[in-house]
Amino acid sequence: MLKPPRLTDTTLRDGSHAMRHQFTRQQVRSVVEALDRAGVPVLEVTHGDGLAGSSIQYGFSRTSEMDLIEEARNAVTRSRIAALLLPGIGTRKELKEAGARGIQVVRIATQCTEADISQQHFGMAKDMGLEAIGFLMMSHMRPPEFLAEQALLMESYGADCVYVVDSAGALLPDGAAARVRALKQALKIQVGFHAHNNLGLGIGNTLAAVEAGADQVDGCLRGLGAGAGNAATELIAAALDKLGLNPGVDVFALLNAAEFVVAPFMPFQPIPDRDSIAIGYAGVYSTFLLHAKRLGKQYDVDPLEILVELGRRKAVAGQEDWILDVTLELAKQKQTSTQEAIPS
Amino acid sequence: MNATTNHTVKVAILGSGNIGSDLMFKILRDPGHMELALLAGIEPQSEGLARARDLGINASHAGIQAILDDPNIRIVFDATSAYAHVRHAKLLKETGRIAIDLTPAARGPYVIPPVNLGAHLAETNVNLITCGGQATIPLVYAVSRVTPVPYAEMVSTIASLSAGPGTRQNIDEFTFTTARGLEVIGGAQQGKAIIILNPADPPIMMRNTIYALLDSEEVDEQAIVDSIEEMVVSVQAYVPGYRLKNPPVFEKRATPEGKRTLVAILLEVTGAGDYLPPYAGNLDIMTASARQVGELFACQLLEQR
Repeated sequence: MLKPPRLTDTTLRDGSHAMRHQFTRQQVRSVVEALDRAGVPVLEVTHGDGLAGSSIQYGFSRTSEMDLIEEARNAVTRSRIAALLLPGIGTRKELKEAGARGIQVVRIATQCTEADISQQHFGMAKDMGLEAIGFLMMSHMRPPEFLAEQALLMESYGADCVYVVDSAGALLPDGAAARVRALKQALKIQVGFHAHNNLGLGIGNTLAAVEAGADQVDGCLRGLGAGAGNAATELIAAALDKLGLNPGVDVFALLNAAEFVVAPFMPFQPIPDRDSIAIGYAGVYSTFLLHAKRLGKQYDVDPLEILVELGRRKAVAGQEDWILDVTLELAKQKQTSTQEAIPS
Repeated sequence: MNATTNHTVKVAILGSGNIGSDLMFKILRDPGHMELALLAGIEPQSEGLARARDLGINASHAGIQAILDDPNIRIVFDATSAYAHVRHAKLLKETGRIAIDLTPAARGPYVIPPVNLGAHLAETNVNLITCGGQATIPLVYAVSRVTPVPYAEMVSTIASLSAGPGTRQNIDEFTFTTARGLEVIGGAQQGKAIIILNPADPPIMMRNTIYALLDSEEVDEQAIVDSIEEMVVSVQAYVPGYRLKNPPVFEKRATPEGKRTLVAILLEVTGAGDYLPPYAGNLDIMTASARQVGELFACQLLEQR
């Protein structure tokens, strides 16, 4: 018997990528109020790359994430506020401050092979009385059994749930389901699934994960997120409702929130276009999209080539600096081959 | 005293793990004015100790005590842990030894050989910060000696296989210590550090990216490039695999403080492969820096005689 999964909305975290980290207090407040009213139980608010992500590497936040967290916390009546933390970028120092500003849930994300760098952060999160969720990023890069072992490490550090995170939007429904199933079999705690829509499978993979037993799933209003965006929160709600698995949310309220609150301030509608599909196909981190587009334009290199090369080099979450590296090399190659083509 | 001791200083390595072993090979390959008198660990069955004995190096599992028992040892490289070094530092100081600390304990001042070691040769304990710090701080310094750097950021990507349990369990300390080093020695007003582990197989070489935001929009790019290139040559003198992947990149960036000039420096460190594999450039630069610091202390001790 399937039960309705818990729905987490991450418009105000994953959406930060598409917004180039320019969220304002007013936008955060209006989105949080709408989601809270619609009954979404957990709302994630952080820089796209997690606490302390504001940087040259990932882009500076317009408004401090701590101020946005506080704004969100002050705007809710029943939803709980979550933050993302990537060890190696954010530290316990920022976790402590986020706690003081009002988060009740922290999601601790590592590359899916590196769960053992998260022990000190889970330890602190539990000491702070937070709900602590593990996030195994770029899950397409390893088979189900391997992921289950990494998830077990997070469980041993005190995680309350571990997510299979398809950061590259590279999984197909059977791959998403197999990974969720492997974690469900191995763990005593809950299992979640986070989708990206690069191959147009954001909703499909989310439903496959739910059928495989996922206890928690993520969405963003209008799919506002990195790459081709995430599974849209309002779509997940509508689909689950039709499956008889409504997670306790008001579907029409979410449709309104997507249409009238989020859509008006979106700089563009993330869709599986040429470069986003390339991300899913090549299996690279979804947030590379806008960086590759910007550098491609600057150095006259096709972003698709940049993204495919990054996939070939097995770049992982957070390696935005490699985009510059690869772009410069491709630009150099292009120059050399043009010169060679001119007869001397 | 016999003839050799007039020209060399006896040194010991504390810690028989990967770092201690790689450092041992580096000192044996190029001893300079050092004579490696002892490798001390605490595990009787340690592979590192057995390896040292095979090479004819005195090895002991009595730990710090083996060093305290030999008054001729003047310089001690500590490649154990921050926790152990706190105790070692006290004992070494009491017995008049110079401690070169490869752990994050930081009992003594931070040193980067081509930047500030000269100022600390009178110290009895110096600290090597972090691998990422050894790689990136020289280049931040190279920029800040030309023009003020209000903000510097480094991103270190290392092969998963080269990150030991110490790094993994204390990843926040890497971030804090490296950021502090960018400020204190690199000369940035504000420093930020990011570390990423990459599990690709075959393993990737250590990659570092340094971003420096500059105070003014008008900068002398050539002077900055020259300073960076000069510094790369200085580091290459003791870390041969230290090289820029591309020339420094200049661009204008929007920041919370307005539009600023950004210089991005893309650096790769290939290890010498003395004991650890070449991809472990992060560990190589620590042991190479340690050897360099040891050599400079040894030369100074000999001059004082």
